[in-house]
Amino acid sequence: MYCKAPAGVTSVSDLLAARSQMGMSLAFHIIFAVVGIGMPVLMVVAESRWHRTGDAIYLDLAKRWAKGTAILFAVGAVSGTVLSFELGLLWPEFMRFGGAIIGMPFSLEGFAFFTEAIFLGVYLYGWDRIAVSTHIAAGTIVAISGAASAVFVVIANAWMNTPRGFEMLDGKPVNVDPIAAMMTPAAFPQVLHMVLAAYAATGFAVAGIHAFLLLRDNRNAFHRRALSVAILVGAPAAIAQPFSGDISARYVARWQPAKLAAAEGQFRTERGAPLRVGGIPDEAARKTRYALEIPRGLSLLAFHDPNAEVKGLDAFPERDWPPVAPVHFAFQIMVGLGSFMALVAIWALITRWRKRQLAEDRWLLRAIAVAAPMGFICIEAGWTVTEVGRQPWIVYDVVRTADAVTPMPGLVVPFVVFTLLYFFLGAIVVWLLSRHVLGSPRVAEAEAEPAAGRAV
Amino acid sequence: MESLFTLPNVLAGLTMVALNAYVLFGGADFGGGVWDLLASGERREQQRELITHAIGPIWEANHVWLVLVVVLLFTCFPPVFATLSILLHIPLALMLIGIVLRGSAFTFRSYGSEHDAEQRRWGRLFAIASLLTPVLLGISIGAIASGGVGGAMRLDHARGASSFAELYVAPWLTPFSVGVGVLALALFAFLAAVYLTVEASDERLREDFRARALWGALAVFVVAFMVLIIALVTDTHVGPGLTRSAWAIPFHVATGVVALWAIWALWTRRFRAARVAAAAQVTLILWGWVLGQYPYLIPPTVMIDGAAAPERTLSLTLWSLALGAVVLFPSLAYLFRVFKGRPEAFERME
Repeated sequence: MYCKAPAGVTSVSDLLAARSQMGMSLAFHIIFAVVGIGMPVLMVVAESRWHRTGDAIYLDLAKRWAKGTAILFAVGAVSGTVLSFELGLLWPEFMRFGGAIIGMPFSLEGFAFFTEAIFLGVYLYGWDRIAVSTHIAAGTIVAISGAASAVFVVIANAWMNTPRGFEMLDGKPVNVDPIAAMMTPAAFPQVLHMVLAAYAATGFAVAGIHAFLLLRDNRNAFHRRALSVAILVGAPAAIAQPFSGDISARYVARWQPAKLAAAEGQFRTERGAPLRVGGIPDEAARKTRYALEIPRGLSLLAFHDPNAEVKGLDAFPERDWPPVAPVHFAFQIMVGLGSFMALVAIWALITRWRKRQLAEDRWLLRAIAVAAPMGFICIEAGWTVTEVGRQPWIVYDVVRTADAVTPMPGLVVPFVVFTLLYFFLGAIVVWLLSRHVLGSPRVAEAEAEPAAGRAV
Repeated sequence: MESLFTLPNVLAGLTMVALNAYVLFGGADFGGGVWDLLASGERREQQRELITHAIGPIWEANHVWLVLVVVLLFTCFPPVFATLSILLHIPLALMLIGIVLRGSAFTFRSYGSEHDAEQRRWGRLFAIASLLTPVLLGISIGAIASGGVGGAMRLDHARGASSFAELYVAPWLTPFSVGVGVLALALFAFLAAVYLTVEASDERLREDFRARALWGALAVFVVAFMVLIIALVTDTHVGPGLTRSAWAIPFHVATGVVALWAIWALWTRRFRAARVAAAAQVTLILWGWVLGQYPYLIPPTVMIDGAAAPERTLSLTLWSLALGAVVLFPSLAYLFRVFKGRPEAFERME
């Protein structure tokens, strides 16, 4: 199922260990990277509201969120450093091949990361040292440079999906053009989808936590304000995401048809292909069983034409297939949970539009609380579709993953060590955050809404 | 000399400038961890608090220099990055563990609970990780400088032809590389102590770090001397590079003079001058290595020109560095002005 190693170079288990370590490192880092993009926006909105209204609860909110962000950003910074080294430690032949072609976005990302780290330092430690408006400006720079980092890194990843900016001569890239490599077809759809995902996931995670706490402590003014800020950031992104997903799907259909076929469980090339909801792909029998099929749905979505031809996996030699089942399941999870988030977001915005308090609608609070982890699950699932769906290639149609891995044997050792390290860190972070975030702060109890309810 | 400022040379030089910055800023943050571990006397808690305040707002920005080194290396010299990643996998992976634990433990301590026992545990982890990381960075540099990596490149990589130890351990586990690792640790600790004399607002605290800086200077002298002996008696590529070239002797004299200047400034309590001198000393040691192995990136195998990316990549990278510098330097200046401009004002961060 996983790609095959060329004879005598690297064993299958080493390749599997390298892929597992890379996947685990990315899955871990992406959570913190996303928080680093989304949280600054929430903090800046809260602090600006305090600046404008004088409502001290917003200041408390910004400070509490800043504490959480400091912890998460630090873990994101160090786990991101690990990734930049792992590009070489695990995939030296990939970097030998592609370093000169896609180094550009990485160096630009380096400066965006610099700016982000510098102004996050100013923001987190500068509360008493600089004027409020300067402080808000520092937070805004953090938010902008965080998003810029994501843009550059995703551009580099997009190149792996649609490699451009070089020609092949005797197995080596020549006529290298780093600008063309950055303008690759996958770049725009992937960047748009990732940046929106970051805002949707962070907004909903924070909103969900405070919605959950409002279910227990409904009059708490702190949580009410927190919910309104978080929904303001998360909901529009969640609603825009299905449209951005449509752009992505059409790009994948055109440029990476094997990935689309795996995601949809489409084994046969056909006109008027159906859209499958659920189902279990069976690679041996070459069909997807138990799926709810919407006639012509896939042709319509992928090409905006109900009779368009969709390439199935049968259009590709089997050695070029990605692992079908994981890609299909991940895709279904992403689309399903993403759609749920979009619906909840519409519900929340309609409630706000009708000038009603979000906290008054207990069913809405429950729905938001349930959606809290969904954005992050969607991101993990979406990256599974992108990365596993590209296999067996590390650079699509050019370099196989098996040919890029390091020759060092025993790769299971670093895989296990880094996995344990990240589990340890993850557990500590969850524990620290739960102590910081859960439980209603005292200031909010004192200034609870007039119909003062009980304090937790 | 017309060939000195070629595009590959300039980018190799800028990569080393980034490494230089990482050593001066990020290195000192690791040195801070050393003094956290060695905090002693009746002011041990104040010493730790000073270190925490000094590092807190800036360590993440300082850390990005290392990312920049990595990115420049794989963009401008991809084969060098690939080779180092393969043959130095073990020390680099261990260094990463140190980096991860140092950064997260520091943050967990700053933002964790108010319980003393828990704070101490994170502090201990922060300090130990601060010890580990510089040693492994130094070992990796020593493995390159000594020709250990370059020698292993000539071995046969095909499975079974050379043993695991020959390829993945022997290049870096040498007396010389370990010596350079210890030297890096001593240099970082020395830098940190000197910087902290300037940052301390309390007179007695400043004296604590003055004493530490002087001990640090002594440690640097002893370790550097030992490393030099090892380089000359063992079969490394450093000995000739350090002694043979025309510029070598004046360069070493300059390094020695600056080192004495740093000690004199500390002795006479000219702390700001000591800070400049210490930074200059560390910089000169680093460039002594860089110039000693020029024009090799991995002596005695890979030269700068042979490993350089295509010209278009190099010139675009140069442009993006120029563009980045326009954003970076004013931002960095602002960061240091906000947090380092008024040493007397150490308000609580909340």
